[in-house]
Amino acid sequence: MLLYTLKRLLLTIPTLIGVAILVFFMLRIVPGDIVEVKLRADGGNVTEEVMQQERERLGLNRPLYVQFADYMWGLARFDLGISMWTERPVIEEIMIRLELSLEVAILATIFATLISIPLGTAAALFRNTWIDYVVRILTIGGLSIPSFWFGMIISLSLLSLFNWLPPITFTPIYEDPVANLSQLIWPALAVGYRYCAVTARMIRSSLLEVLAEDYIRTARAKGVYEKLVVSRHALRNALLPAITVMGLEFAFLIGGLVVTEQVFNLNGIGQLFVQSVSRNDFMLIQGMVIMIAGFYVIINLVVDLLYAVFDPRIRYGS
Amino acid sequence: MKRLLLGLLGVAAFLLAAGPKAEAQTPKRGGNLNFAISAETPHYDCHASDTYATLHFSSPFYSTLLRYNLSKFPDVEGDLAKSWTVSPDKLTYTFTLHDGVKFHDGTPFTSADIKATYDRLRNPPKGVVSTRKATFADIDSIETPNPTTVIFKLKAVNSSMLDHFASPWNCVYSAKDLAADPTSPRTKINGTGPFVFVEHVKGSHVAGKRNENYFKKGLPYLDSYRGIFTLQAAAMLNALQGGQVLAEFRGVSPAERDRMIAAMGKNLRVEESSWTLNLLVLFNTEKPPFNDVRVRRALLMAIDRWGGSVGLSKISTLRAVGGVVRPGSPLATPEAELVKLPGFSKDIKAARAEARRLLKEAGQEHLKFTLWNRNLAMPYTPAGVFLVDQWRQIGVEVEHKQSDTAPYIAAMQSGNYEVAIDFSNLFNDDPTLSLTKFLSAKNNPLNLARYNDEEIDKYYELQLRESDIAKRKQYIQALEKRLFEQGYQQPLFWWHRIVLTNKKVMGWKMSPSHNLGQDLAEVWLNE
Repeated sequence: MLLYTLKRLLLTIPTLIGVAILVFFMLRIVPGDIVEVKLRADGGNVTEEVMQQERERLGLNRPLYVQFADYMWGLARFDLGISMWTERPVIEEIMIRLELSLEVAILATIFATLISIPLGTAAALFRNTWIDYVVRILTIGGLSIPSFWFGMIISLSLLSLFNWLPPITFTPIYEDPVANLSQLIWPALAVGYRYCAVTARMIRSSLLEVLAEDYIRTARAKGVYEKLVVSRHALRNALLPAITVMGLEFAFLIGGLVVTEQVFNLNGIGQLFVQSVSRNDFMLIQGMVIMIAGFYVIINLVVDLLYAVFDPRIRYGS
Repeated sequence: MKRLLLGLLGVAAFLLAAGPKAEAQTPKRGGNLNFAISAETPHYDCHASDTYATLHFSSPFYSTLLRYNLSKFPDVEGDLAKSWTVSPDKLTYTFTLHDGVKFHDGTPFTSADIKATYDRLRNPPKGVVSTRKATFADIDSIETPNPTTVIFKLKAVNSSMLDHFASPWNCVYSAKDLAADPTSPRTKINGTGPFVFVEHVKGSHVAGKRNENYFKKGLPYLDSYRGIFTLQAAAMLNALQGGQVLAEFRGVSPAERDRMIAAMGKNLRVEESSWTLNLLVLFNTEKPPFNDVRVRRALLMAIDRWGGSVGLSKISTLRAVGGVVRPGSPLATPEAELVKLPGFSKDIKAARAEARRLLKEAGQEHLKFTLWNRNLAMPYTPAGVFLVDQWRQIGVEVEHKQSDTAPYIAAMQSGNYEVAIDFSNLFNDDPTLSLTKFLSAKNNPLNLARYNDEEIDKYYELQLRESDIAKRKQYIQALEKRLFEQGYQQPLFWWHRIVLTNKKVMGWKMSPSHNLGQDLAEVWLNE
């Protein structure tokens, strides 16, 4: 298991290098110049001489291979470079927002897990009854309603019913847990609904599949209690595909909550991503793509390791 | 129609409810103001910026030499300058400065700080960006005979000089700081303004607290403030309605105003003004058929500005019809003269008939082109849709292409467009800055229409050096006439500014520019 984990971790290195090379050159093809956006986007009367000075200062007029070598050398030292927009370290820009984004993702995952497992299980066990129909309606609703729209409904409901809105500036949970949760619980709910719906439907369908397997029939024939059949034999196996989905959803939540973050005015990774793209801040985009790629790789690894926990037949490295 | 009238009555009632009656109250000291800033500045250096994002962030920390008197806009008044004189030949400006002013770090303010600031603006050292280098090119020397006197000597008369001195971007920095590191204002704040910098949490907010040593006695009224970055309008409006922010000082659209009036009722103050911003129609004069003056003129003549402004002003921030100077301001062309210029006729039927004739004459009866526009909903999208419709009415087929700011600017700068919607972002009504973009392209990167026209350059220079207002106005109108007759580029509409504040916010002054009056010194809370 340890060897397998180490091998997988080592494999992340060429993956991330590939991502870094790809994103570096793809971004250079995109039209636009951050210096133009910085100095002329608001109609500034800026001479060409000043523009050139700024390009020089940011290192943009160096040959591409020099910029690339510099960038890769930085990566080798875990240095993602300096944001060309704010001129602060990329890692600092990301870390300011990562805490919030991670917390929303974790809260949404907790919400989704707590709700989706019982919902999906109930729907499968009471297939084609009113329980199943209600769960199906709720989950199709979750899949159909965009998270940002649900977030807007939550915001407007809080405003019109209680004349109250969640705080719009972030307070870390270790400083003031109440202020923190009163801000983040709502976006977590908004994105968690969709997350929950995806997972519940996945659990329902895979549980139905598992319940039709021979070994379940055998267990029942042996006289095992139905509760044990479901919880010990069926659900554990049915959870495997759901874990994959949850892992992917979690990784998506780190950087993908662009509009939801805007609705709740959250200072998260999604918002930073959009801003950096609209400003052509190559360094920041590169840093974030690598970070998100890293998250996907690590979460996939965790999901694979969890397989072994839930399915005793799976053993890595043997 | 009934709803429209009711809406207008509602707005009028709010406008009346705000203003003199409320402002006459005695200001109260104390409190914290939370307000929204709809963009975040990339750095703190006013000299390197042209965006309100920097001003709404930095203005409370800094003073300037002069500033605009917003109660009598566009009059100029002293900020760090107590008084000033201009020599009869208009070549020497002598400023007497306030005594006993201190920077936030305790360093005394003197004329040397003004000299260091303006030297940095007009001749930035290596590694420093000054977007106002060209603006101050007429300054020959700066002398500081004593700590409270500074003398600017000009190489030539510049009729816009006082306005340039009042630019809100000329934040006064400490000579000591600049000597140690001329780039320090990008990341470090040390001004003489009414508030002292507390923190900037990236992506979240900026906070300031009262400068107890502020040189204007009794000010500021607020204990502190927090400018919260709310990049999405809906989030900002919700926050305003929920009381998490009490104001957003840039401006909102008519629809947003109406929503907030319905939601907040008597707790909301609505202030409106014409705006020193405009959108322009721009032709790439290097690309056929837009190198043909007949085609350009035809397209401009087909636009029903007067009719369009009625409809667009209900759904967007676009409203006033005007020439190159903000309509209603002292140097603007009066409406009676404006309607005689191509593109401004009120007889749209006749204008469109003439437009069709011109297109036919140019062999462009079935003209097709792409209109390049910025991907910002307000007001670029309605402006683009409006133009497409206007040109369709003379048989021209237009594809409306909107793109993000970076590729939009890249296309404009490289000349990779046919027709575009451009914009002017001004902070005053002085025409020198607004006319700069019309100068010949050979020495002017701001001329995105890419033409060279010596007549326009000549009128620009004449108005710049002319101190007689009437003569200056004549030169500006001559430039405008030439520009519109050649149809290189032309203002489409001027914007209309609507600012929403909670009634608790007092002492803030509305102006035609969102770049002015943001030091918050006289703002107080009626709680």
